[in-house]
Amino acid sequence: MFHALVSIKQVPDTTNIRIDPETNNLIRQGVPTILNPYDAHAVAAAVEWKRKLGGKVTIITMGPPAAVTSLRECIEMGADRAILISARQFAGADTWATSYVLTEVIKEIHSKDPVSLVFFGKQAIDGDTAQVGPGVAVRMDLPVVSYAVKIREVNLEEQYVIIERKTESRNEVIKTSLPTALTCEKDIAEIPYASLPDLVYALRYEPEVWNAESPITFDPAQLGLKGSPTTVFKTGTPEKHTAGEVFKVSEVGLDGVIKTALDKILGVEGMASMLGVQK
Amino acid sequence: MSRRFWVYIEQEDGKVHPVSWELLGVARKLADQVGEDSIVEGILVGHNMEEAAQECLHYGAETVYVVDDPTFKNYLNKPYTVALTALVKKYAPEVFLVGATTLGRDLAGAVATSVGTGLTADTTHLAMGEIKEGTKKLLLATRPAFGGNVIATIVCRNHSPQMATVRPRVFNPSPRTEDAKGQIVREKMEITPDMINAEIVEFVTNAAATVKLEYADIIVSGGRGLGGAKGFELIKKLADELGGVVGSSRACVDAGWIKYDHQVGQTGKTVRPKLYIAAGISGAIQHKVGMQESDFILAINRDPHAPIFDVATMGIVGDLYEVIPALIKEIRARKEAQNG
Repeated sequence: MFHALVSIKQVPDTTNIRIDPETNNLIRQGVPTILNPYDAHAVAAAVEWKRKLGGKVTIITMGPPAAVTSLRECIEMGADRAILISARQFAGADTWATSYVLTEVIKEIHSKDPVSLVFFGKQAIDGDTAQVGPGVAVRMDLPVVSYAVKIREVNLEEQYVIIERKTESRNEVIKTSLPTALTCEKDIAEIPYASLPDLVYALRYEPEVWNAESPITFDPAQLGLKGSPTTVFKTGTPEKHTAGEVFKVSEVGLDGVIKTALDKILGVEGMASMLGVQK
Repeated sequence: MSRRFWVYIEQEDGKVHPVSWELLGVARKLADQVGEDSIVEGILVGHNMEEAAQECLHYGAETVYVVDDPTFKNYLNKPYTVALTALVKKYAPEVFLVGATTLGRDLAGAVATSVGTGLTADTTHLAMGEIKEGTKKLLLATRPAFGGNVIATIVCRNHSPQMATVRPRVFNPSPRTEDAKGQIVREKMEITPDMINAEIVEFVTNAAATVKLEYADIIVSGGRGLGGAKGFELIKKLADELGGVVGSSRACVDAGWIKYDHQVGQTGKTVRPKLYIAAGISGAIQHKVGMQESDFILAINRDPHAPIFDVATMGIVGDLYEVIPALIKEIRARKEAQNG
């Protein structure tokens, strides 16, 4: 049976984050949390293949209790089962400690209900690390296909998958045996409109909650802040740049503005010869 | 024992990614910050790597460790991870830098996990420094987070090597010199069947991937102020006139007006052209972190309060649909005057 597992993250919508100019602190209040956009596309791809092949989709997330809203969103999209992994001990985890917990959880699920594909978004928009997917794959010794843009074939009989991934210069088509881990670009699948039965199912669905003791236990030394090789030493706000002169077309006139702009541009070293124009 | 500062030399078909030279440059600086017994070394994995290895020496590597085997002809996560893990265990480098490219981020995440150490992603500033007075200097790896709103400095205290992926185009490349004094060390690597868990069955050309934003000298970028996908035709016209390439803000990519490969910013590319023209881009922090190091920034926006003007060398408050055609006209006029 096809069993897709998708690891998702609830993130603050970074396009709406502002900095308090007086304290330099992040203003989190009023910033909406969303399902990480890349993860949403990964869920869409998992559901799409479930519809083709039969089977089911399981969603997992490590996060605070509020993350159930993102899990429910995945159920609306057509996922069947959702698990929230939540405990104080997990807090402050870097990518290493995060991949440890996810690996233990996925192994447990896999032992009861073998997994064919483990999906991740290519990165989360709050941390932008892109490290958790490859980290889990290494811990589980699974093949990993990162920056996946298309799943071409899932062959359950012969237990292989063919995935197209993007590199900086071209796309590569990779064949691996199941189970395989993949990290997804948005191209992997369109977000579907939720069907009525899925909406109704999601409405009543209560995600399972796993904590640090049950149903599986973890090595406490590898959890959260304590289990993280990297720690934040300090934080700050980005350097401010000095602003240059601003000209208003309505005041200076279009001709004047354009001439000034070009004169300044041609003053940049090497620019005149690059453009084939004299200073 | 020398303190080793390692740089992963990224290559595709024997062609070294320029970020590798940038990393050799920054590794040199870091090594100098800890003292004389420190050395800068390159790690090269691939097939038929003679020329690339020699180039590393020209760019300042004191040693290049080369793993050369047909198995490594094309990049695949597992065999490359196994090779790098073996080298890290053998030589115990103190710092290991990898380019924050598509390949580098895939590889570094796997290697760090396999070695059992910490990794800081996508860094934009690096230094060796004490976190408490009198303690051993650590790699202070600084990176933007939360869409560029926050700058965080990350340390890896008790694990080794201290690893970081580094954004291309943030640091200047190490200068290429005529003499190549360093040594090339060939590493024997036993290839076992369990190293191979994936195969490349086909390469597909990706037209969008030909956009070479990061190393372009001239970039003309459009934002939401274009009003629609059609606006990029005008942006393209100006870019063509200048011999530059087309960039974009995230808003336009999210709206589907243009491909992701054109995106400049925290979740896109960091660029450092000689000339960056931002048309109709308001200047969200996530965009600014990707372009504010450009030599000359010309911002065109209707809103005099647009934050893009805070980083612009020159700002024009006006309608881009008036300003850009006029700019094109003026450039053409000057070119004609030049050609007589």
